[in-house]
Amino acid sequence: MSSALAISHGSSRRYRGWVLPISAVALWWLASHMGWSQSGLLVSPEKVAATAWDQIASGKFWRAISASLARNLSGFFIGTTLGLVLGCLLGLSHYFERLVGPSFNTFKQISLFAWIPLISVWFGLGDVAKVVFLSLAALVPVVVNTCDGLRNVPPNLLEVARVYRFSRWQTIVGVMLPAALPSIFTGLYLALVYSWLATIGAEYLLVSGEGIGNTLIDGSEHFMMDLVLFGMVVIGLVGWSLNALARIFERRMQRLYGIDPR
Amino acid sequence: MLNNSLTLENISKRFASRPGSTTQLQVLDNIQLDIAPGEFISIVGASGCGKSTLLRLILGLDEEYDGRILLNGKPIDGTGLERGIVFQDHRLFPWLNVEQNVAVALKNSPLSAKEKRDTVREHIELVGLQDFIDAYPHQISGGMAQRVAIARGLVNRPSVLLLDEPLGALDALTRARLQGELQNIWAKEKITMILVTHDVDEAVFLGDRVVVMQPNPGRIRRILDIDLPRPRNRSDSRFIALRDDVLSDFAELH
Repeated sequence: MSSALAISHGSSRRYRGWVLPISAVALWWLASHMGWSQSGLLVSPEKVAATAWDQIASGKFWRAISASLARNLSGFFIGTTLGLVLGCLLGLSHYFERLVGPSFNTFKQISLFAWIPLISVWFGLGDVAKVVFLSLAALVPVVVNTCDGLRNVPPNLLEVARVYRFSRWQTIVGVMLPAALPSIFTGLYLALVYSWLATIGAEYLLVSGEGIGNTLIDGSEHFMMDLVLFGMVVIGLVGWSLNALARIFERRMQRLYGIDPR
Repeated sequence: MLNNSLTLENISKRFASRPGSTTQLQVLDNIQLDIAPGEFISIVGASGCGKSTLLRLILGLDEEYDGRILLNGKPIDGTGLERGIVFQDHRLFPWLNVEQNVAVALKNSPLSAKEKRDTVREHIELVGLQDFIDAYPHQISGGMAQRVAIARGLVNRPSVLLLDEPLGALDALTRARLQGELQNIWAKEKITMILVTHDVDEAVFLGDRVVVMQPNPGRIRRILDIDLPRPRNRSDSRFIALRDDVLSDFAELH
């Protein structure tokens, strides 16, 4: 009896996060079925579920989500690759930092969305423009965190490298990069989160082609609230999954570096 | 035949009191010391007497000073694998395990890969950590981490091992045990060791000679020969007399 209690106590903690969403859906269900609102814009949860099923079964959902994810990942990879190169150059070379640092610091102050007019004129409204926009979103956090990580390598460890007569290259590869890795990882993590947010932004603002953002626009233009809500749930779930994936890597990294994961 | 003697000739060191300031702070003033090969030298002094600065000069991390430091008759030039160091903070790389951390010291050694592996293992055994070879620094205690640092300092078989308050951050029991181990290692390896410490008891327990330094400017107050048989006994009346003698220097300073 007591062991059963203990288990239910443990699992109640574990599932506590579900309380709010389930209550919200229950309230929503009540609101749509008790006729609290006469507006056609309040759709029932069943309607959304039916639309979801229809989207999935007809293949529309898969086309949209794969287009969005492909864009997201291309932008993420291009942005982080350039970001790592630029961040390393800024963090390792004082000459490069004096040359490019001030320009980059000005550049990163420009709101991401202020780039949209320029990008749409230069690259149109298609995939190229979207990927450019996403790459920009991913680039900035990677550059900032890579550069910071390399700048803040503990001087004590650099002295150890000097004592054992490490060459410049050995010091970079053997001390500076590993010491900066947690910070570099924070940059990648932010880039993953930002690039997904920017994917939806790009699809919404550079309207052309397929994607989960376009699903939202379709729904809103045709007053199909079920479609809009379905799109929002998908965006949330994808964001949550990307976040969870990054957290797993982060925990591994922290364990390796002896930082206690919370 | 190398004799590996270490000579400090008229070492003086000044710092600008602030960056860009012309006011100079005299940290070391005319230090003279001849250290015989295989000798254990303890340097004691209150904080600010320049003892750690002196060690950094011998190590070659700081090359701005007046005077000459001769190892084996030749002036030193920067850091060198023939001079090892154990810092107060262990300074292990957190992303490497015990074995890899010790191997860091051999990165630029001319040994073959197999010789490196063997000598790393040997030195880990010397400090008694053979069961922790795969452990990461955060998984072992402070005393164990400091032993790894000692193994890393020794693995190049340096002719001089510099010890910058290596036991200062450890609890009293661990410190006493490691002092004993350090003495055994010194007797076994027959290398010169220079220990900087603020612990008079430790200095007398380990040193062939104790160099007492005093601050403002940092200089040698006197040098005592510790002519006691090893291993030393802390309750020996001669040990106590020598320790009290050194302690009396500090009493006068305050």
